[in-house]
Amino acid sequence: MTIKGKAYIAGIYEHPTRHAPDKSTAQLHAEVAKGALEDAGLTKDDVDGYFCAGDAPGGLWPMVDYLGLNTRKLRHVDSTETGGCSYLIHLGHAAEAIAAGKCSVALVTLAGKPRTGPMPPRAAGAEADFESAYGATTHNAYGMCAMRHMHDYGTTSEQLAWIKVAASHHAQYNPHAMLKDVVTVEDVLNSPMISDPLHRMDCCVVTDGGGAMIVTTPEIAKRLKKPLVRLIGHGEAMKGPRGGKDLDLTYSAGVWSGPRAFEEAGVTQKDIKYASIYDSFTITVLMQLEDLGFCKKGEGGKFVADGNLISGVGKLPFNTDGGGLCSNHPVNRGGMTKILEAVRQLRGEAHPKVQVPNCDLAIAHGTGGLLGVRHAASTCILERV
Amino acid sequence: MAEPKKYNAPLINPETAPFWDAAKQGRFMIKRCTACGEPHYFPRSICPFCFSDKTVWEEASGEATVYTYSLMRKSPTGPYAIAYVTLKEGPSLQTNIVDCDLDTIKIGQKVKLVWKPTDGAPLPFFTVA
Repeated sequence: MTIKGKAYIAGIYEHPTRHAPDKSTAQLHAEVAKGALEDAGLTKDDVDGYFCAGDAPGGLWPMVDYLGLNTRKLRHVDSTETGGCSYLIHLGHAAEAIAAGKCSVALVTLAGKPRTGPMPPRAAGAEADFESAYGATTHNAYGMCAMRHMHDYGTTSEQLAWIKVAASHHAQYNPHAMLKDVVTVEDVLNSPMISDPLHRMDCCVVTDGGGAMIVTTPEIAKRLKKPLVRLIGHGEAMKGPRGGKDLDLTYSAGVWSGPRAFEEAGVTQKDIKYASIYDSFTITVLMQLEDLGFCKKGEGGKFVADGNLISGVGKLPFNTDGGGLCSNHPVNRGGMTKILEAVRQLRGEAHPKVQVPNCDLAIAHGTGGLLGVRHAASTCILERV
Repeated sequence: MAEPKKYNAPLINPETAPFWDAAKQGRFMIKRCTACGEPHYFPRSICPFCFSDKTVWEEASGEATVYTYSLMRKSPTGPYAIAYVTLKEGPSLQTNIVDCDLDTIKIGQKVKLVWKPTDGAPLPFFTVA
């Protein structure tokens, strides 16, 4: 059994807002759902599968009811919660459900308002008494990964800065990007240190907003008007300190999700024309590129330097919307926007200044949770038909 | 000078109560599996490596080395250093490096256990050895 070619992304929508104090979180979910359905040329009553994660207020029952999904038709739901990569896993699970005949039009939504105010707390895990006092945040958890990566492989702050520089080159063409200014390596190094060795410009933006997609069968996709984009490989994986044995923070669960996706797709890293890579921090990108096999472990610093990730300049154009580092990281979760820009590239709908010529194969990869503590990873390989 | 940072008391459950009872006596406990021989932290009743239920409590030395760290420059309670340290007995664990010049922390540095009080059982931290 494989999901290769069994499911198509027929509709996408990224909310243009980056700050939405005047809207409710549920409202943002509804707005992105409406946008994705309109993009696909479908209606709410066509939806028979719904996917949401921890950002959806109240979870599945309240969201299905609030959105007014047709409960006589709705026959498959999934609330897999793996932080920022939830939506990449939803895409894989939607394809599985579609391949198994469990639904034919799946709606996936993400939305929230961390820029407007604090996010609700998460339920505690079994580790809480043994870790919560130590103040792990995204900044210092990823800082610990970067610190060890520098120690083991000689990675430098200058090399990490190139990732932000590349993202900023792309963001200048995105009218919705939160940060549109092109920055230099020096700008990154001169920005305030947040949690060693990560500077402010090594960190992604905090934005309100969201995004949605419609995943459907080949038959339905071919009846619709959008260019055909399908999922041909998917992988998911998790990693944590696991009792503290052989701790190694220099690699992520991407070392397992990536090969699973490449094997299913039957393609290699060299075939990929465009890469959406999770960019909560610059170190996230560097580690994911290594873990996905775009370069050897430890050589990510050299790989990302000198503009290698800039579209039209380097060998691997990445995050051409400006990514989470410059454009949008809605609800502190970058997985959905990674898929959306990959679909834009495959459709030929990216900004002309960053559109990859003849882009027929793309990867969208994300992580969720804290890379330095416990996390998930998911890899999707997408093809233009 | 700022007030000493206050920490919440651990909630404690039947599985971990022996750890916190020992902590109140200043003893730092890890778990070891008598089936596969592997130590682990934080403590579980079932071994996370071989899934045997033959796990026993063992007092650890409190000696460790810094695996990695990150110095958070600003927080409501001031700068602090989060870290993973690797115990002499093997397991690595998340902690804070405290009571020292945070700018001098290095990977590979030797550290030792210190307890910080709460309204309940104390919590384990590490400082330069």
